[in-house]
Amino acid sequence: MMKSRRSFLKISGACLLGLGVKPVLNAFAQAERMEIAPNPNALRAGRWALVVDITKCRDDCTDCINACNRAHNIPDLGRTKEEVKWIWNESYEHAFPGVEHEFVEERVKHQPFMVLCNHCDNPPCVRVCPVQATWKREDGIVMMDFHRCIGCRCCMAACPYGSRSFNWTDPRPYIPEGRMNPDFPTRTKGVVEKCNFCVERLAKGLQPACVESCSSGVLTFGDLDDPNSEVRKVLGERYSIQRKPELGTRPRVYYIL
Amino acid sequence: MYDGGKIIAGLVIFLGVVTFPFWYTQANEEAIEKPQLLLPADETECVEPTAYMRASHMQMLNEWRDFVVREGQATYLSSTGKMYEMSLTRTCMKCHTSRQEFCNKCHAYSGVSTPYCWDCHVEPKESA
Repeated sequence: MMKSRRSFLKISGACLLGLGVKPVLNAFAQAERMEIAPNPNALRAGRWALVVDITKCRDDCTDCINACNRAHNIPDLGRTKEEVKWIWNESYEHAFPGVEHEFVEERVKHQPFMVLCNHCDNPPCVRVCPVQATWKREDGIVMMDFHRCIGCRCCMAACPYGSRSFNWTDPRPYIPEGRMNPDFPTRTKGVVEKCNFCVERLAKGLQPACVESCSSGVLTFGDLDDPNSEVRKVLGERYSIQRKPELGTRPRVYYIL
Repeated sequence: MYDGGKIIAGLVIFLGVVTFPFWYTQANEEAIEKPQLLLPADETECVEPTAYMRASHMQMLNEWRDFVVREGQATYLSSTGKMYEMSLTRTCMKCHTSRQEFCNKCHAYSGVSTPYCWDCHVEPKESA
């Protein structure tokens, strides 16, 4: 193919112009800059888990529930049908259906069991969420993004533990006066919420609010992947059960009866 | 060109009408009052330069949200080399204490609807 002197010069000019435009493109690229720094204080784990030693739990104590409610601005609606709960008390037969029977030990029969999201290793709520508003973090915590939730409630139908609550109404007016924690957002009408294993506290190097509030040593929180962790020690020494393990969700909350 | 005069006259009128809002506001610049924003008293610089914040705070807030909620990262390294916690209530609203006097005023001036941040995030109590 013949190239005239004229077309050669034209192409060279275009190339030079292209080089001239490069710094402008760089400037645009810089506008995208976003840097983050790792937080040295944050608690990290391969797989977070909670052990509940129910033998140490006092019947009339609700310290963990109150601490959670306060930390996460959980409204007190006074209507059980629309209630929002992260930690709540359940009877043995409701917490562990399938293993209960009529001759079970009297102590266990009347013992309230603190129950919460099990942060399953195989979470059915995550599988069904159509918008990935809930997902499993690398450290095993099943997390929620309230910004993204569309309120379809598929996760509520999928969760076999009833750990998820829907906001039927704006929760703000139902947060008791003076109990508002300004550091944690309230939720809005139309989103689903549940226990988040206090990710906001772990990021600051603090234990979950429920664990910190318990004065009887019922709750142990730690890393299942670390063989020297407190949870592994407790689980290795005592016999523990999980809620509905037959469903294959692999819950990460263990109970010692 | 047939009816050239009419066409050109029509075009001039059309352009005049279409650009009316622009030159009218230019001519009456004085009449529109710039919002008097309540700036923090004890802090002189924001996490990024003012021009960047004015133009891109919404993108930045969205990125902060995604980093904090979805990736569990909470510390922002600014272009000035300082570290900030990525938090609307604990970082932004610590200095810009009044949503009414800062956020809302400028949003009203620019005709941008108030975002729904405060449907959930707790704004600092207005002292007034």
